[in-house]
Amino acid sequence: MIIPLLKGLATTLRMVFTKPVTLQYPEEKRPVYPRFRGHPELVTNEDGGRRCVACTLCMVVCPSNAIKQIVPAEGAQHEKYPAAFVIDLTRCIFCGFCQEACPKAAIKLNNLYELAQYEKQMLIYDMDRLTQEQPKLRDGDWL
Amino acid sequence: MNLPALIVLTAIKITLILVVFLTAIAYTVLMERKVLGFIQLRYGPNRVGPWGLLQPLADLLKLLFKEDFTPPHVNKVLFVLAPVITAVTAFLPFAVIPFAQQILPNEFSFFGVTFDLTTAGLNQGVMADINVGLLYVFGMGSLAVYGAVLGGWASNNKYSLLGGLRLAAQMVSYELPLGLSVIGVLMLTGSLSLVKIVEAQSSMWFIVYQPLGFVIFFIAALAECARTPFDLIECENELVAGFQTEYSSMKWALFMLGEYCHIIVASALATTLFLGGWQGPFLPPIFWFVGKTFLLVFVFIWFRGTFPRFRFDQLMQVGWKVLLPLSLVNILVTGAVMLAIK
Repeated sequence: MIIPLLKGLATTLRMVFTKPVTLQYPEEKRPVYPRFRGHPELVTNEDGGRRCVACTLCMVVCPSNAIKQIVPAEGAQHEKYPAAFVIDLTRCIFCGFCQEACPKAAIKLNNLYELAQYEKQMLIYDMDRLTQEQPKLRDGDWL
Repeated sequence: MNLPALIVLTAIKITLILVVFLTAIAYTVLMERKVLGFIQLRYGPNRVGPWGLLQPLADLLKLLFKEDFTPPHVNKVLFVLAPVITAVTAFLPFAVIPFAQQILPNEFSFFGVTFDLTTAGLNQGVMADINVGLLYVFGMGSLAVYGAVLGGWASNNKYSLLGGLRLAAQMVSYELPLGLSVIGVLMLTGSLSLVKIVEAQSSMWFIVYQPLGFVIFFIAALAECARTPFDLIECENELVAGFQTEYSSMKWALFMLGEYCHIIVASALATTLFLGGWQGPFLPPIFWFVGKTFLLVFVFIWFRGTFPRFRFDQLMQVGWKVLLPLSLVNILVTGAVMLAIK
């Protein structure tokens, strides 16, 4: 009758000296798997040029109507590029359909997952914020 | 020494001890949360201050700013009185528990006036070395029931009332083995004064002569403090929070203070009666006392992290059919051995 009780006590005492499994969240973040679908991001080429040609396929396919606005513009050699690109992250469901639909691989879901903001307006991303976001968690072979 | 000086010095001593004691209680709460966290492979509180050391302060501030709500239909006088009774009766036993032999020199001079500190034992490491010390502790322990029972009754709530009833039944049942388990110690020392009991253990701790007594005492103390595995009174899956259900803010905090105070007092009492109190080699006495006490507090928390709760019939069975006969046997055997040696 006493032995199982002592065994239980021994187990809990052993746990006291075992390293906790807690992840100290704001300081350490849980790494995500390589194909994780996080925030949408506009990808640029190595030379800094945009891949997006403002075809609006992503806007058409977006099931939650998160891609709000794509304003097309035309360059000197008749190349198309977006003059404005707005994604409402409060609506985005991170389904990745835009990524699948994109013929130029210009929109990708990166591996950022934090959405908390003090103002909702902060989550409506314009083109600069969609492009300039530098995901720190991203793997080297992300693209 | 004249009377006003005596009163002032005594008040200073009481205040100092009370402040240290209250701080110890606050940090026992932190210790419990930390140890339970470690047992469950967590860190416990570690956000407020280094290693969460300022957590008790944050808790206190939070509790002070909570709304102090008194529900309608309660008996207001008793509702307010109950937490006060619990806290006060939990504090008072510490007055007779010796934590060191002598903490101050026999006399000291202050602006040319010499005070004789041997008066009323001012230089001793105990508030009051009264010759019925142990009886006083148990008396206060019995009074502690009133806090919970009155709180449960005054709340005008079924859960509270049932919690209070359970507590009353549990306290009455376990006070018997608790009282009987220390009879062996009393037979060995022949005194109720806790200082005398500690001094009698200078050659050998009483846990060696009274191992069964110590075990019974500790189990009964667990029940008296209403700690796991005997925490049926605040069994949340049946009774919400037992007699504390309707309490909030500082009134609730007083109940919690009482609970943790009970743990420290029970541990200190077990240290005094069975583990040689302040006595130990090399280190100063106060370290030995605090170390042993907090070792036992750790055991309290360790038990909470390990054992599930008893059913109420099991609780009564353990109290009346196991602990009570065992403590009687302990007294008989102790008496027989003492007689044989004599």
